[in-house]
Amino acid sequence: MHFAPPPSTARSGLLGLALLACLSAPADADEVSVAVAANFIAPMQQIAAAFERESGLQVTLSSGATGKFYAQITHGAPFHVLLAADDTTPQRLEQEGRAVAGSRFTYAVGRLVLWSAQPGYVDAQGQVLRTGDFAHLAVANPKLAPYGMAAQQTLEKMGIADRLKPRWVTGENIAQTYQFVATGNAPLGFVALSQVMENGRIARGSAWQVPADMHEPIRQDAVLLKKGQGHAAARALLGYLRSEPARAVIRAYGYAF
Amino acid sequence: MHLSAEDWTAIGLTLKLAGLTTALLLVLCTPLAWWLAHTRSRWRGPISAVVALPLVLPPTVLGFYLLVLMGPAGPLGALTQSMGLGTLPFTFAGLVVGSMAYSLPFAVQPLQRAFETLGARPLEVAATLGAGPVDRFFTIVLPLARPGFITAGILSFAHTVGEFGVVLMLGGNIPGVTRVVSVQIYDHVEALEYAQAHWLAGGMVAFSFTVLLALQWWQPERKSP
Repeated sequence: MHFAPPPSTARSGLLGLALLACLSAPADADEVSVAVAANFIAPMQQIAAAFERESGLQVTLSSGATGKFYAQITHGAPFHVLLAADDTTPQRLEQEGRAVAGSRFTYAVGRLVLWSAQPGYVDAQGQVLRTGDFAHLAVANPKLAPYGMAAQQTLEKMGIADRLKPRWVTGENIAQTYQFVATGNAPLGFVALSQVMENGRIARGSAWQVPADMHEPIRQDAVLLKKGQGHAAARALLGYLRSEPARAVIRAYGYAF
Repeated sequence: MHLSAEDWTAIGLTLKLAGLTTALLLVLCTPLAWWLAHTRSRWRGPISAVVALPLVLPPTVLGFYLLVLMGPAGPLGALTQSMGLGTLPFTFAGLVVGSMAYSLPFAVQPLQRAFETLGARPLEVAATLGAGPVDRFFTIVLPLARPGFITAGILSFAHTVGEFGVVLMLGGNIPGVTRVVSVQIYDHVEALEYAQAHWLAGGMVAFSFTVLLALQWWQPERKSP
């Protein structure tokens, strides 16, 4: 057996300092840190990869609930860009001076879908909502998630909101709602079209694509945050998000503009 | 008072969940802890490790696996369905099962320590005096291992009250059924209702502190050898 001698305190001290410096180093000028709404993570991964290839810049993605990002950003989270699931959060951040004025734009309009992991369970008109004897209907929490709000509006418009309410199980965001349906624990639920769409079609199970006039449009806005002001890479990414190649990806996931 | 009716429902539900979980754990973990304290089986190591897993695993991992196992396609889900119980996620019973898994080490380990400290001697003496196994358990084990039972009970209860990830994954956030205090706090924070979140969160801190303090007081005096 061979044991390495313990490093001298001076050396380990230096090592510690170097480690600390790594941990606390301000983000590189070539690296964009992006907070992404959970429903948009899949297309954004593709877009970010293409952007990295073209520009040689680096993109770091964090996905989660928009409300949580809001709380984190107001407490100094190091994001340069927010791709929200709604249009009110970016607006609010701008009003509070935490985002760069005039940098907001709608990068995608989300589409809602009633989905089941079981083929043939959801019909093309969503009549299963009126006739089905399902025990659970998964919906994102309308208080927290724009897709949940849209689902509630759809059910209200169909006149069955009150009747179905007792069967609701709510996910805290659209990703968790999808998980409830994907694992079969809820036989059906309202999720984002982008979650079940691959290459322009529903990848598995059965679905009713909710007509856009059933609910308020789910406008998803992007905004440049104060930490990203003067950050050229962040602006470049936002510019890329509006380019035709990026839009083609966004469209392929079922979003509109 | 700044707590809404929904907050109170969540508090009541949390106490019910923690109480039931603790009672079930104490009953079921006593034989398990006893076995772990006395066995020489080669299964002792692996079983101990499984019992301790919830200490190390992120609760979301535990919750996700339970969601899959208890779902219609999982083995546990198949079992409960064949028994006519349906599936457990999104039900109070499902939360109890999840909480028991989550708090298991907090019940087993203190009991196991207590049984180990007890040793075989008092039981052997009682046996020679003609006491049967049941008699020995109630007149010797229970009183002598009482601190272990109290510690196990308090820790299981408190740990279940503080549970979040498992409930979030399994619960579906149904008011009065699966929406416990920790989830309610999370919802308040996410909805930017910070004032309401503070009342509940502050209450949780006070509760946890009191429990841990009580635990200190309940510890028996350490006797010098």
